[in-house]
Amino acid sequence: MNNEYIKQRLIEHFGDGASHFEEPYEMLTFETPKDSNLKVLQFLFDDPELRFQFLTDLTAVHYPNQKGRELAVVYHLHNLVDNIRIRFKVFTDIEKPEIFTATKIYSSANWMERETYDFYGIIFVGHPNLKRILNVDEMNYFPMRKEYPLEDQTRIDKDDAMFGR
Amino acid sequence: MSRPVRFNVNTVPANTKDHISIADMPPGQTGEGFFATKLSDAVGLARKNSMWPLPFATSCCGIEFMATMASHYDLARFGAERLGFSPRQCDLLMVMGTIAKKMGPILKQVYLQMAEPRWVMAVGACASSGGIFDSYSVLQGIDQIIPVDVYVPGCPPRPEGILDGFMRIQDLVGEESIRRRNGEQYKELMQSYGIK
Repeated sequence: MNNEYIKQRLIEHFGDGASHFEEPYEMLTFETPKDSNLKVLQFLFDDPELRFQFLTDLTAVHYPNQKGRELAVVYHLHNLVDNIRIRFKVFTDIEKPEIFTATKIYSSANWMERETYDFYGIIFVGHPNLKRILNVDEMNYFPMRKEYPLEDQTRIDKDDAMFGR
Repeated sequence: MSRPVRFNVNTVPANTKDHISIADMPPGQTGEGFFATKLSDAVGLARKNSMWPLPFATSCCGIEFMATMASHYDLARFGAERLGFSPRQCDLLMVMGTIAKKMGPILKQVYLQMAEPRWVMAVGACASSGGIFDSYSVLQGIDQIIPVDVYVPGCPPRPEGILDGFMRIQDLVGEESIRRRNGEQYKELMQSYGIK
């Protein structure tokens, strides 16, 4: 089994539902519409040959310049039998950042989705316990979004000489 | 045959002249067979030379503190022989390291668990002001949640710096009134932090 075969299986099964195939550093990467993320995950999990049954990582990326598809949720999957990894992304509008939860397929997605919610504000629809995991509960913003200005260089409340900056 | 282990082959006689520091007597009246002074001075003298520090070490300043406690710098010389790891036994909270915002309530709880009289020392740039971690997740100085008596600058401060901070604390402790907690100013300070 190789990347070419996985790509062929995906196109066979989803048609246009899987697009933008790339292979950066030989890791197969593709994109799917946000509504079909669970269908793709289920297919990759259940297929007797593909067997992507381990969710290595789940996170988000903020692309502030892509109107209507500012936030990307990235899934990293691992086939432990054949030792093959793939990655796929779904994009969503920052105004309505709702994505279906993967917790029904991968239990490990629970905390990863909470972390992604914590830092990027992505609402995982159907998540059993979607609340902040790392930051303080009172926080009312999503710190990893690229919507905050850099530090004001004219600040005087901290003396640079004292902090090596 | 293995080499015999010998210790102190060339014994050096202990030189105690000018090497032992003795706490100064507080001002008072002396006469033959008696010494009279203020109770607060006597209590202050006792308190400042028998501090029980509570180390609250979260990062690299804690490593410097370990050196401070160890034989070379030896904080025990200042009467702080024993570290307490229960806040209820201790009278000096030494906060060493970055305090994340999520750690804030925990630090405050530790402070509240300490019995009066209590003092706080913020060791290092992070505990004093957030340091280089000018970030959404880091408390910008512990004085936002608990009152601080002495700040030790440095990133991290050398053990000498921590010792100097400790001696500044001792100066404060020695001059404190016996029942500071009844003072108006102190009550006001506690009130400003929402501590009863």
